[in-house]
Amino acid sequence: MKKKKFLSLVLIGAMAAVFVVGCGKKAEDTNTDNNQSADQTETTTPDEPDDSGELIKVGIINNDPNESGYRTANVNDLQNFFTEENGYEASFAYSLKNDEQIASAQKFIQDGVDYLLLSAADVSGWDTVLQDAQDAGIGVILFDRTIDADESLYAASIVSDMAKEGETAVNWLADQGLDEYNIIHIQGVMGSAAQVGRTGALDDKVAAEDSWNIVTQQTAEWNAEKAQQIVQSVISAGTPFNVIYAENDDMAKGAVAALDAAGITHGVGKDVIVMGFDCNKWALEELLAGNWNYDGQCNPFQASYIDEVIKTLEKGEEPAEKTIILDEKGFDAETITQDDVDTYGI
Amino acid sequence: MQKKKSIFSKGGNTQLLIPIIALLILALFNLIADPGFFKISLGVNSAGDTILSGYLITILDYGSELAILAIGMTLVTAASGGQDISVGAGIAIAGSVILRVLCGGDSRAEELQAPIIVAFLIGCVVAMLFGAFNGILVAYFKIQPMVATLILYTAGRSIAAWINNNELPVIKEPKFAYFGGFIPGVPVPTTFLIALVCVVVILLVLKFTTLGLYTQAVGINESSSRLNGLNPIFVKFLAFVILGLCVGVAGLIKVSRISSINYSVIAKDIEMDAILAVALGGNALSGGKFNMIASILGAYVIQFLTTTLYKFEVQADALPAYKAVVVIILVVISSPVVSDKLSALWKKVKKTPAKEVG
Repeated sequence: MKKKKFLSLVLIGAMAAVFVVGCGKKAEDTNTDNNQSADQTETTTPDEPDDSGELIKVGIINNDPNESGYRTANVNDLQNFFTEENGYEASFAYSLKNDEQIASAQKFIQDGVDYLLLSAADVSGWDTVLQDAQDAGIGVILFDRTIDADESLYAASIVSDMAKEGETAVNWLADQGLDEYNIIHIQGVMGSAAQVGRTGALDDKVAAEDSWNIVTQQTAEWNAEKAQQIVQSVISAGTPFNVIYAENDDMAKGAVAALDAAGITHGVGKDVIVMGFDCNKWALEELLAGNWNYDGQCNPFQASYIDEVIKTLEKGEEPAEKTIILDEKGFDAETITQDDVDTYGI
Repeated sequence: MQKKKSIFSKGGNTQLLIPIIALLILALFNLIADPGFFKISLGVNSAGDTILSGYLITILDYGSELAILAIGMTLVTAASGGQDISVGAGIAIAGSVILRVLCGGDSRAEELQAPIIVAFLIGCVVAMLFGAFNGILVAYFKIQPMVATLILYTAGRSIAAWINNNELPVIKEPKFAYFGGFIPGVPVPTTFLIALVCVVVILLVLKFTTLGLYTQAVGINESSSRLNGLNPIFVKFLAFVILGLCVGVAGLIKVSRISSINYSVIAKDIEMDAILAVALGGNALSGGKFNMIASILGAYVIQFLTTTLYKFEVQADALPAYKAVVVIILVVISSPVVSDKLSALWKKVKKTPAKEVG
């Protein structure tokens, strides 16, 4: 009997060990931030009665920080802002999957957070859980992405206006006053919000102006190498062009690699105007060096906006506008400074 | 017409005809549509070096990395009767390791922290280790190759991101761009030269060692090869490690092209092209006999197809659909049902003229 008990203990120990090793490996494999986030979800919310603590409890649900440089910057901004010094007690959950995000949301509701901050992986499926949050008196603030749910279910939504980003870029391009615009238009993944917004503005302008022509319009799916091949193909065909409108920095970089290989000059005062989006730090450095001409921002620094909304709600007021559009800049190679690179580079 | 049918007879050399015919069809199509496709011109790049350019050079350039992968994929296919679908993720890992070593953890490093050759070798070793991981799962634990490599397929890109702490290192050293571009004074894409070295090495290995024979023996009948004193586990394992080496080389080319990396899109779906190259080379995807040159030729044919589609401004996201059509045709043609029927037909055709002559 004793032996059996011992044996079963050993087995349990072995199983636990396997579990720990397995999990440890998995966390390491998938990404370290997940590991970190799991820890945070469990540890950063010590039980405190709601009324006595001055800290505002927020549950933040975001996408995987690995998704892109933009997401990494977004996650870092939130993590650096929602700290105890700033009067917050924050829990984080990251996932690219909607169902996992919903599960985290339910957990946060049970934990009794004051606010639920949400960047949803998918636009649909949120009604029930947001209703639960509302019933529990939890304020929901959407950031970065909108969802298909009734407006009454959330307090505010803080988003980028991709169409405006496109417009800003196209207006900048129009201000360059070229006699003729022959544009290589490299698109992102078709159907994504960023692609639709950034493409729409350019399409409208090309349709409206006679001197604006699209040399080629293809998707490189955010991929530098595909962009390189597309531009190489245009160069080989011998079609003249003077503008590269790439919907993100990576693709602009691929396009520039093709230009370099063909000995075509690009940048400030050169043959081809290069335009990118997202404001990666290395891209802004290219601007600073005059190799590119323009980079449009997609603002990942949303914490201060969220903070403002929460402060308003805490006073018992409603935010002036339900949908808050982020301020987004466009950088011109001729006016960009090192400060801009350091401040806005992601 | 007759020539085309002879592919389906069981002869060995006729296998080369599949990629060659595919190449000819594509070439003919381009010749009719626009002969300018074949124009090669000497130009000067922005570094001031004279280089060749044109669609054919693009094909040589991008086809070469595919050819390198096709070498490894052919061996894996022949030995294990399955395919490795973690090649793209493997390239992300190898590329990430190379960048990590080069910039020494500081993503904005102004100078290289290690010689490129050292970074490359470490990248290769890591890629081979991941290849070995796949190899052990397949050879020793007898897991279906596609299932076994699915693990790295899903996890690989996250591992790659983790290696560099999720940062995107940018290498400023111009020498690093040689591997995916041009070496000053050499007008041919460096990738083609690298591929040439790889092809020569593998052909020499196949000629002077028993690797090819053993691989085919294991692929055709594992248990009988064991009875004949071979070690099927080791042969399969070795195939995956060699593919790992190919992945390491391709990883260097890929990160060199843009002197940086994007974990989620680098070498995306390249495994499908590599597998397609093997299939286009007329190799049975169920393992066994293989023809290395046919696979390599198949890789260039696929790039020929891709470049042609780009030239005609087919949307990049529609490319896989066209490739899928090619795969369907290939798979159907090589299916036992069709090949039996066709070889019967071929016999008939052969007989009839023989009678007439007689």
